[in-house]
Amino acid sequence: MCPSLADLSYGVRARVVSLTPHPSCTISLMELGIVPGAEVCVVRCAPLGDPLEVDVAGARLALRRNVADLVQVEELSA
Amino acid sequence: MTPPLLALRERQVALVGNPNVGKSTLFNALTGLRQRVANFPGVTVDVREGSSARPDGLLRVFDLPGTYSLRPNAADEAIVAKVLLGPAGDSLDVLVVVLDATNLRRNLYLLSEVVDLGRPFVVALNMADEARRAGVSVPRQRLQDALGVPVVETVASTGEGVEALRAALDGARPATRVWRFADEALELQLSGCAAANPWESLRALDGHEGLREQEVAGRYAWINEVLLGADPEALAALRSRSERVDRYLLHPLLGPLTFLLIMGGLFQAIFSGAGPLMDGIEAGFGWLGAAFEANLGEAFGPLATSLVVDGVIGGVGSVIVFLPQILILFFFIGLLEDTGYMSRAAFLVDRPLRAVGLSGRSFIPLLSSFACAIPGVMATRTISNRFERWLAILVAPLMTCSARLPVYTLLIAAFVPDRSLLPGVGLQGVVMLGLYLSGIASAVFVAFVMSRSRKQRGRLLPLVVELPPYRRPSLLATLLKLRVRGGDFLKRAGTVIFVVSVVLWVLMTFPRQAKPAGMSDAEHQALSLRESYAGRLGHTIEPVVRPLGYDWKIGVGVIASFAAREVFVGTMGVIYSVGDDADEESMDLRQAMQNERDPETGRKVFSLATVFSLLAFYVFALQCGATVAVVKREAKSWAFAIGQLLAFLALAYCAAFVVYQSMCALGFG
Ligand SMILES: Nc1nc2c(ncn2[C@@H]2O[C@H](COP(=O)(O)OP(=O)(O)OP(=O)(O)O)[C@@H](O)[C@H]2O)c(=O)[nH]1
Ligand SMILES: [Mg+2]
Repeated sequence: MCPSLADLSYGVRARVVSLTPHPSCTISLMELGIVPGAEVCVVRCAPLGDPLEVDVAGARLALRRNVADLVQVEELSA
Repeated sequence: MTPPLLALRERQVALVGNPNVGKSTLFNALTGLRQRVANFPGVTVDVREGSSARPDGLLRVFDLPGTYSLRPNAADEAIVAKVLLGPAGDSLDVLVVVLDATNLRRNLYLLSEVVDLGRPFVVALNMADEARRAGVSVPRQRLQDALGVPVVETVASTGEGVEALRAALDGARPATRVWRFADEALELQLSGCAAANPWESLRALDGHEGLREQEVAGRYAWINEVLLGADPEALAALRSRSERVDRYLLHPLLGPLTFLLIMGGLFQAIFSGAGPLMDGIEAGFGWLGAAFEANLGEAFGPLATSLVVDGVIGGVGSVIVFLPQILILFFFIGLLEDTGYMSRAAFLVDRPLRAVGLSGRSFIPLLSSFACAIPGVMATRTISNRFERWLAILVAPLMTCSARLPVYTLLIAAFVPDRSLLPGVGLQGVVMLGLYLSGIASAVFVAFVMSRSRKQRGRLLPLVVELPPYRRPSLLATLLKLRVRGGDFLKRAGTVIFVVSVVLWVLMTFPRQAKPAGMSDAEHQALSLRESYAGRLGHTIEPVVRPLGYDWKIGVGVIASFAAREVFVGTMGVIYSVGDDADEESMDLRQAMQNERDPETGRKVFSLATVFSLLAFYVFALQCGATVAVVKREAKSWAFAIGQLLAFLALAYCAAFVVYQSMCALGFG
């Protein structure tokens, strides 16, 4: 199985593989650019460990871990 | 030359785009009419309109709130869908799709949706300066070729390209659908739909298994084609400056510390900065009232003079006196929004707020509520989750707004001993801080209880907030925005409080009592009040407020302050006959209250228990007519507004009861 966006180490670039279907979230995430094939990277987390700051094609989005968990990714080797 | 007939035409133009791409800045540049500009995603919550007359015709421009998609997620985004998809959209001649040139991938998504509407549009590639600086190649020509409509590079903040954009409006036309489903079968089905435009056809197919996912994927496939060869390194370079700042401001330790420092500084600025201004305003209104009485008192007669001086000037003055605090708070909020820090603040506080069912999006509404719940409640429109928005509206009035301050100040100054606990730390200050903290604690408590009352599991918040790059704030834009906010406050609060003050004046003045010979003015005033409608009401409710330690006079003050909390101080002034110019600093009023004794028992009315019971009451009670009206409008429900009013009243009563009874038991009665 692929790791999820929430499992990624900070600063590691990865490619979105798939999204777990969720009635209110999947489409919204995709509209924000988190579509299969897109490059993403977790920049850091907030002081209490949640939410995550995620880089999506240069835009920075604050996503909660439970939402990042819906996104399966594969790490890109440098 | 343009034909003369064309010269008279009027065109309606709407600006559409993602949050924070510079729509409002472009709006200002196009129309010269300034409005709200800020660096916090989704700040424009109302549709603003401006116009500019030129020899080639009148341009009417609408500034829409930012949205990521035409499928709305929040109340403010729904405005865009409503305008563009509803009948209102048919009157729009041109849509200007504003794109952030440094963030095209995500921005082009909305563009691809707008194309499907089949309306004439042009494209503004804004933030062209930032893109240039970072060396991002902007595929202007490729976009123009792909769409067949004018694509103009603009820098809204300097006005560059704005003239070209205006000229390009003439070339606006609908474009044909640019993207395709990967699945040919879907594509066939779509062309089989006989709707007015591709957007309608798509919506006719809605409900089809996996259609939305395929639609979004299809749009992004087109975007990847258009952006082929765009340089990801340039984007990273663009971010590097913000990244260096964020390393400190979002640092696990330094981040929260800076956040607390900034918030502390904010409140420090409010209290130390606003004090002298508030004194000045108070003095000004006092002078105005006195001048009116001296110069026109004879001509108007005592009754009309009292209406003008006590009702109108006193009532309006009681609102305007809070303007400095509100302006200072909003000045700093505006500045912080413009720099992009407010998004970071929302990021930092999301986790703590989540524990009580809120999110980072509630931060600005709640912070604003420290000045006044009215703008706070209005700012909840950017909250996408309906339950969270509801919760934020519910607890916003528990934040210690500036209208509570005069009451707190009066009671603390009069009854809490001016002792210092530690060097530099006074007891009075500690009590004041305690009141602020109890406001926050009660909001946390109420939000926590309410969020448990409803199952929220399975509900995910797709996006907490977007973190835009830091930008230098513009002082001018901030000040202009402040003017809008200050005006809003005065209009909304001022009209309600004005009406209520006059009503209150009537209740406290009628029926009129003749002045018996030999009675002093002050005694007559006290007699009038006792026999007035308000006084009778006070006597009626006395049994109800007795358990809280209040007599009928305090009861009248408490009831009067359901119009607005600060009315309490003025009412106490009237009741204790120290003249109507009583304020929380007034020595006479303090002494009168300190010396007040129960006529039957001879004990002091304002025992410590009574004072703290009153303070507890004011922490909870929603005593503000204007807030109730705004809550009704925003929640679109009288039941909600009245329910909130009654619930907080019950809470206030219980809190005051517990405080009074337990303090009496401890011997402070
Ligand atoms: N460098 C640069 N900054 C810009 C430009 N246009 C706008 N800005 C800045 O970008 C920030 C956001 O601008 P706004 O006009 O509030 O954006 P908006 O699209 O109205 O935002 P929402 O109403 O939140 O959707 C402000 O700080 C502007 O000063 C531009 O062309 N170049
Ligand atoms: Mg705007």
